[in-house]
Amino acid sequence: MSVDTLLSMLWEATVDTFLMVGASTLLTVILGLPLGVLLILTERGGLLAAPWVNQVLGAIVNVGRSLPFIILLVAVIPFTRLIVGTTIGTTAAIVPLTLAAVPFFARVCETSLREVDRGLIEAAQAMGCTEGQIVYKVLIPEALPSLVLGVTITIISLLSYSAVAGAVGAGGLGDLAIRYGYQRFDTKVMAVTVALLIVMVQAIQWLGNLLSRRLRTS
Amino acid sequence: MIRFQNIRKVYGTGDHAVKALDDVSLHVPAGEIFGVLGQSGAGKSTLIRCVNLLERPTSGSVVVNGQELTTLDAAGLRKARQQIGIIFQHFNLLRSRTVADNIAFPLEVIGQAKPQRDQRVKELLSLVGLSDKANAYPAQLSGGQKQRVGIARALACEPKVLLSDEATSALDPQTTRSILDLLRDLNRRLGLTVMLITHEMAVVKHICDRVAVLRDGRVIEQGLVDDLVAQPGSEIAHEFFPRIVPPKERNGGVFATITFVGAAADEPILSSLLRQFDVGVNILGGGIETVREKRVGRLLLELSGPDASAARAFLEERTGLKVESS
Repeated sequence: MSVDTLLSMLWEATVDTFLMVGASTLLTVILGLPLGVLLILTERGGLLAAPWVNQVLGAIVNVGRSLPFIILLVAVIPFTRLIVGTTIGTTAAIVPLTLAAVPFFARVCETSLREVDRGLIEAAQAMGCTEGQIVYKVLIPEALPSLVLGVTITIISLLSYSAVAGAVGAGGLGDLAIRYGYQRFDTKVMAVTVALLIVMVQAIQWLGNLLSRRLRTS
Repeated sequence: MIRFQNIRKVYGTGDHAVKALDDVSLHVPAGEIFGVLGQSGAGKSTLIRCVNLLERPTSGSVVVNGQELTTLDAAGLRKARQQIGIIFQHFNLLRSRTVADNIAFPLEVIGQAKPQRDQRVKELLSLVGLSDKANAYPAQLSGGQKQRVGIARALACEPKVLLSDEATSALDPQTTRSILDLLRDLNRRLGLTVMLITHEMAVVKHICDRVAVLRDGRVIEQGLVDDLVAQPGSEIAHEFFPRIVPPKERNGGVFATITFVGAAADEPILSSLLRQFDVGVNILGGGIETVREKRVGRLLLELSGPDASAARAFLEERTGLKVESS
């Protein structure tokens, strides 16, 4: 394989990976954060304590988290078709990726939000805050440095899931590594993709740490 | 300003029920500083949380500023809470906000417009002496400064009542004094009613007009601090003065523990006693304290000689003196 072909394939795969991971991260945060907030609010002793709701939500999250991604990917094919009209390609992969990451991220948010000092919530209540104000003005801003780290590990998980999504023709770096590097024994492609993935994970973690630290020490 | 009527608070049910507050009734008059003194576990925290219903009493009525709080709906209670400031032992400042933004928080909650908010924050910062720290973050402040921010935040919405939940317990003695002086100053300048809970007698002595002693969820005594200090046998008097135990061996003398208040504390009682009676006076112990700008003292005397009993009768007749025989 010529260097030019390799470069163009790598470029295309990288763009696909960014697209899949970026879109599913965005959707995961949009869906997972409210779910994490709900888990905190409805727990026993929470601001909107509803143990029954909490248990149902918790059970759904646990089911989502107990499925290996490859199984989930196949199991949600009908749902994927319903939403994007196809089950093949980068766009189609966003659906299972999001479904896998939302429960994970919801738990990460739950943990971060729980770390917020109860005294702050009490102070906000004493100042006459509504539950909504407590969430937007106290819980989320105070947990933000920790939430940023949560998003960081979620992105990294999604990056690794996205390689598996190559199995449904999703494209991306993982797909490239499997098709060329593994199935065609092209060690060069394998080495370059793996190196690229390592660099990406390092960069994401570094950025996440930096941002979190900035927020914490501000 | 604050009136508790038969407040009971029970945690748990059946055999596991724990009575945190047992039939507590008290009244905090407007413009006074009211202290609730008690050991940890006495129910102080529960008590102060019942004022703004962070804890809902199991039964009884809570009236603040003429409004019964226990019957309010959620929106009504939020509005009432905006008029009750509170400061905490651990300050409870938002670490993600600057000092100025922490103070602005309650103003945002009530929906005040930004220009007025900025103006009010400026006033509050100068009120607590932190104008130069507006853009600092809580993590960069000392404990005393953090509590000043807490006080400014609590006063943002111009409440009539300020609650203090062990606000000085995490501070060193010198900082404690400066925070207490600030509270006293705000109480006088703004006519602010202050209700504080503490386990430290020094806090009561330093700023309280009135005090209630809480033990095992019950108020065992309450009243004006100077009255209680002057009252022999009261818990407060007991805390104020070191316990004086008369010696077991009596050499024919008569003992008298005298408590004197106000003007009587400034009179040369002992010299008049010696001039008028043929009596020997032996001071076995005692102390003098200043409470609410009044001097209050307690002395244990041993009177001997032929006029000892007459001398004691003389002491008993003096106004402002309370004499116990031991």
